Amino acid sequence: MANFFTSSIGKKLMMALAGLFLSIFLLVHLGLNSLLVIFDSTDKFNIAAHFMGTNILIKIFEVVLFGGFLLHIIYGIIVQIYNWIARPVSYKVSNNAQSSFFSKYMIHTAAIIFAFLVIHLSDFYFKAKFFGGVEEISIHGKEMHNLGALVIAKFQMSGFVIFYVLSILFLGFHLLHGFQSAFQTLGLNHKTYTPIIYGAGIIFSIIVVVGYSLIPILIYFIR
Amino acid sequence: MDLKLKIWRQKNQNTKGKFVTYPVSNISKDSSFLEMMDVLNESLIAKDEEPIAFDHDCREGICGCCSLYINGRPHGPDEKITVCQLHMRKFKDGETVVIEPWRARPFPVIKDLIVDRTAFDKIITEGGYISVNTGNAADASVIPISKEDADLSFDAAACIGCGACVAACKNASAMLFVSAKISQFALLPQGRIEAKQRVDSMISKMDELGFGSCTNTGACEAECPKGITLTNIARLNREFIKAKVG
Ligand code: SF4
Ligand code: FES
Repeated sequence: MANFFTSSIGKKLMMALAGLFLSIFLLVHLGLNSLLVIFDSTDKFNIAAHFMGTNILIKIFEVVLFGGFLLHIIYGIIVQIYNWIARPVSYKVSNNAQSSFFSKYMIHTAAIIFAFLVIHLSDFYFKAKFFGGVEEISIHGKEMHNLGALVIAKFQMSGFVIFYVLSILFLGFHLLHGFQSAFQTLGLNHKTYTPIIYGAGIIFSIIVVVGYSLIPILIYFIR
Repeated sequence: MDLKLKIWRQKNQNTKGKFVTYPVSNISKDSSFLEMMDVLNESLIAKDEEPIAFDHDCREGICGCCSLYINGRPHGPDEKITVCQLHMRKFKDGETVVIEPWRARPFPVIKDLIVDRTAFDKIITEGGYISVNTGNAADASVIPISKEDADLSFDAAACIGCGACVAACKNASAMLFVSAKISQFALLPQGRIEAKQRVDSMISKMDELGFGSCTNTGACEAECPKGITLTNIARLNREFIKAKVG
């Protein structure tokens, strides 16, 4: 009996599901960020961030989200290690031109995204939650963190904007293979729908890269 | 034509191998790659040297024995063929040709270019068959099967178990091979009876033997001499899900 969670396909199924779940989160996060450029004042963003930080349902969702990250990362590392072990002697000449380009560098783009994630969390999320040091603001008589001001201050630094945009670019590369790959792993392969999923993956990656990059760039040049 | 061959030589499983360079000359453009290897071996024997061990049997693309990784590609620089079907006209005069064995932990090198592919047989033993009562063969039209399913099953059954998919995959994954062996039965009513147990045991065996997992890169599909497609891997994933959750 192959155990679902330890078998190679089971591990990949968990990764695929977690990956798709994280993709949805990317869109939610992007929607929130866009409040910073859609409205002149940071109030809307602060109110949304406050809601995300205090609402009980969202707090439960937050735990699920961190679980999703952990699952995707841990299974990703385990699968990668087994895959390296499976070929102990490498070829003298290897011509990988036959395979899809970004699929070969998933662990590398993943490492960059992970480094970004750690820095990103300690810059904003952990800072607001645990480290302190985020100033308070009162909006409509409610005290809350002025995260909007913090984000805008960060995006005034050109070095930070470049680092941010580059990281997002690598996230885009990761998604370019990851999105459609998740569907294949889930067994969803179909004459007519698979090309649509491929197309959707490309569009999704572009939306994420352009959307997330545009916000710091706009803030840097306009604010 | 004249060529410079860089060939992997390894005495046995326990010794370390190395590349040895052999020049060959006067090779006919119309000869096959294995004939070229024969010519080289004749000359080695004439010089009282050990000939190069390489696997081959049918020499017509159906047995899956010939397994050479030539210039970075399993079965060499041509599409949908095995090494025995590869012609020397695919190479340029004076070219250096690097010949390596399949590289994968479950396929240890036995000697020179020959690897042990017993791992594939072990996976088949776990369920790559259907159980039927002996006796007279049933009339072919007793169980109706749609043309589409029959065709897809037949396409999957074209897999010759050569292992090029494992050799090409950056993870040395056997998923294309296993997916072909699962699909040929999964598509037919006769194969449905043992479907759950089949996928379960074949996958555990595949994992246990140390093949990597599929990262949907598609190198296997590109190098498979029999045109087995990734859609079979998706079917294998579905079969696995059905066996576990359904
Ligand atoms: S799937 Fe293709 S490459 Fe793999 S063993 Fe079968 S015939 Fe060879
Ligand atoms: S020798 Fe049989 S397939 Fe090449």
